[in-house]
Amino acid sequence: MKDFAALFTALDQTTRTGVKTAALADYFRSAPDADRLWTIALLSGRRPRRTITTTKLREWAAERAGIPLWLFEACYPVVGDLSETIALVLPEPTTRIDKPLNQWIAELRALDAADEATRKAFILAAWDGLPPVERFVFNKLLTGGWRMGVSQKLMTRALAQATGIDEAELTHRLMGDWSPDTTSFHALVEAPDPGADLSRPYPFALAYQVEDDPATLGPVTGWLAERKWDGIRGQLILRGGEHWLWSRGEELMTDRFPELAQFRDFLPEGTVIDGEVLAWDHTADRPLGFSRLQPRIGRKTVPKKLLAEAPAMLVAYDLLEHGGEDIRPQPLSDRRARLAALLADLPPRVPVRLSPAVEAPDWPGLAAARAASREIGAEGLMLKRIDAPYLAGRRKGDWWKWKLDPLTIDAVMIYAQAGSGRRATLYTDFTFAVRDGEALVPFTKAYSGLTDAEFREITAWVRKNTTDRFGPVRAVKPEHVFEIAFEGIQASPRHKSGVALRFPRMARWRRDKPVAEANTLDDLKAMLAQYG
Amino acid sequence: MVLEFRDAGIYCPAADAYIDPWRPVDRALITHGHSDHARWGHRRYLCTEAAAPVIRHRLGDISLQTIPYGAPLRIGDATVSFHPAGHVPGSAQIRVEVKGETWVVSGDYKTAADGLSEPFEPVRCHAFITESTFGLPVYSWPSEAELAAQINAWWAETRAAGQTPVLGVYALGKAQRVLGLLDPAIGPILTHGAVEATTQVLRAQGLRLPATIPVTPALDLKAHRGAMVLAPPSALGSAWMRKFGPVSTGFASGWMRLRGVRRRRAADRGFVVSDHADWAGLNAAIAATGAARVFVTHGYTAQFSRWLATQGYQAGIVRTEFGGEPEDEPDVTPAAEPSA
Repeated sequence: MKDFAALFTALDQTTRTGVKTAALADYFRSAPDADRLWTIALLSGRRPRRTITTTKLREWAAERAGIPLWLFEACYPVVGDLSETIALVLPEPTTRIDKPLNQWIAELRALDAADEATRKAFILAAWDGLPPVERFVFNKLLTGGWRMGVSQKLMTRALAQATGIDEAELTHRLMGDWSPDTTSFHALVEAPDPGADLSRPYPFALAYQVEDDPATLGPVTGWLAERKWDGIRGQLILRGGEHWLWSRGEELMTDRFPELAQFRDFLPEGTVIDGEVLAWDHTADRPLGFSRLQPRIGRKTVPKKLLAEAPAMLVAYDLLEHGGEDIRPQPLSDRRARLAALLADLPPRVPVRLSPAVEAPDWPGLAAARAASREIGAEGLMLKRIDAPYLAGRRKGDWWKWKLDPLTIDAVMIYAQAGSGRRATLYTDFTFAVRDGEALVPFTKAYSGLTDAEFREITAWVRKNTTDRFGPVRAVKPEHVFEIAFEGIQASPRHKSGVALRFPRMARWRRDKPVAEANTLDDLKAMLAQYG
Repeated sequence: MVLEFRDAGIYCPAADAYIDPWRPVDRALITHGHSDHARWGHRRYLCTEAAAPVIRHRLGDISLQTIPYGAPLRIGDATVSFHPAGHVPGSAQIRVEVKGETWVVSGDYKTAADGLSEPFEPVRCHAFITESTFGLPVYSWPSEAELAAQINAWWAETRAAGQTPVLGVYALGKAQRVLGLLDPAIGPILTHGAVEATTQVLRAQGLRLPATIPVTPALDLKAHRGAMVLAPPSALGSAWMRKFGPVSTGFASGWMRLRGVRRRRAADRGFVVSDHADWAGLNAAIAATGAARVFVTHGYTAQFSRWLATQGYQAGIVRTEFGGEPEDEPDVTPAAEPSA
């Protein structure tokens, strides 16, 4: 694990992507196959299952360090990371164990079947035989919380540099339902058998937000405009008599949306559709809000009641594979025509719809259509160049999202909580309230949107203006008003205020506004009535 | 009580004197020259001979009496003496004895020798007033040799890569300590004005430090390629730094022990160099005093005093205006100079 720890250090010591890519490419050139396969797995979110609870790890670490558990727990919020806390409190190692990454992982997984005494003995021996950085990396393997400051994209680029394989092609090869148990470095990266994994998805095309006036994109006739729906982006695959539904985060969602199984009866083999999964109101033939879909995301299978309350619909954007052929290089106009033909004669009860084109003679016409988005449950428009191929990943040029400006409300900060990791010593997680007569009613939390300098400033203020503490949460003097931006608002019986916001964040610190001028619960209810 | 904790600072009624007071008083006994301990505005100051030059340099024309380490001085009904604290050159713990009862105020201290400060000397006492800047078991320091190897390796690497290493260090203590770790064979050492001024004061009082070249507008930087630059932390990322071309930035502080702080600091490298005792050092120092009562000042006071209580000490927390809350420190500007 020495090499892997050295890689970790190299990645950790720089913020420059070029340097990171080079370090990772070096590692990919020299590491043994089993180690590089695991490295690809770890950096693409394919973690080994956790075999030991963090509760046990905390107890054992405290015991080994000769400190009471409360003192260990007191260290954790200061460090902000459990793996690091353990690595730091333990005494210096007394031996040196040098095993490759894949062997450590194999031995850890074998502990799954072992009794507690065996597990503990193994972990303590490992802690005593690893120098600090390796110990930290080992703990990361134990706790499964991998983040090395390397995106999957950066990892893929490094692998492309190391192997000479085209980056887009590699992105595709690394997708799908594989694990280091089911494949080898050679089979995954160097010589993939196209039939080996029928479920393998294509890399999703992603869009940037329109920066300027969209008229700068050229004649409106060169573009396909569609609604931007607020659902779950998904890729539906029909191959070999089976079907799979992948999320953008490369998670299989097939079992969560059993309604889509009937596609096997209506759509031909060798079909791959890119679309949006939405909860659908079949009576009005329009989407229900995201909050109706949300209960279906967290669970592996869906009870009947939910199926009836929030039936799924696939709104199809694009056709990536047709008759078993990868048609991504074809222009969008062609792909869309084929998609329309595929979906043309399906009975309406089959839960798939062609994403309707939003037609307008010119850009102002489209702008007007965009402005009406919220009323029909959309977030804005998507603009796609009509003659463009389907490209992998986020690129500028062919795909743009043209979202509505967010809704905003001025709210009072009432609770603060420290962040974790990089933000462990800063107060970054806040609860906001609206006024209701003399009372303040909490309605949302927000974590992002401020600059580092603003977070530092508010942190210092929070320390001096704490009025009460509830565990890690501090109640603060209601003094500061923030403009909270959000994408949508919906009724929620689970929240005290009766509303739930979509993507709330701090848009601005309103130093100019006294608390008495913050928005009220009535304002919030009016927004709910208008947009909920 | 031999010492009392008052609004203006730690007070000895028998001597009618304060130790490191934070409000102007008549008589101030000063442990060391950092600005949160040696403040402006007192009528009379008393410090060690070795601490005096820096304190004069910083506070200007003050009424300052000096005393050698270990020499007893009668003030009122108290006997006072100063003992090495190992924190920075000239730093002291202050021992106060009244009618056979002895209390010691540690000021800031470090138990491991750094080859520059007078090594920490345990002083037996009944009550010990300790700092707790790094009073959690996650803090433990590498050896001087290890530090020297890390910093010099970074210097050599950046030099080879055509970059200039700029290391953020507090002007008093940390800067000179790092100077002592640097290998002048690698290249010249350039200093920011704030670092150079304090270094000259300490050199003048006999400290052996490698040669430094102050960075002035007139200095021809091209003639000093491959140099290490020592600057106060505030200079990192400033316009001043741009003159060195491509740089690699480093920061030397005990806080660099934590990865989160290292990353937030956004320096390319963090070196774990502290003028304070680590967890083991604090515990060893307290045990060596033989004190039954321990008062914990600035740092992780709540956690550390609770720990001491489990170890059988009669432990309490004293609110002072030394340093800040520990969580504040990683981002402090050198104007406050609390010397991490």
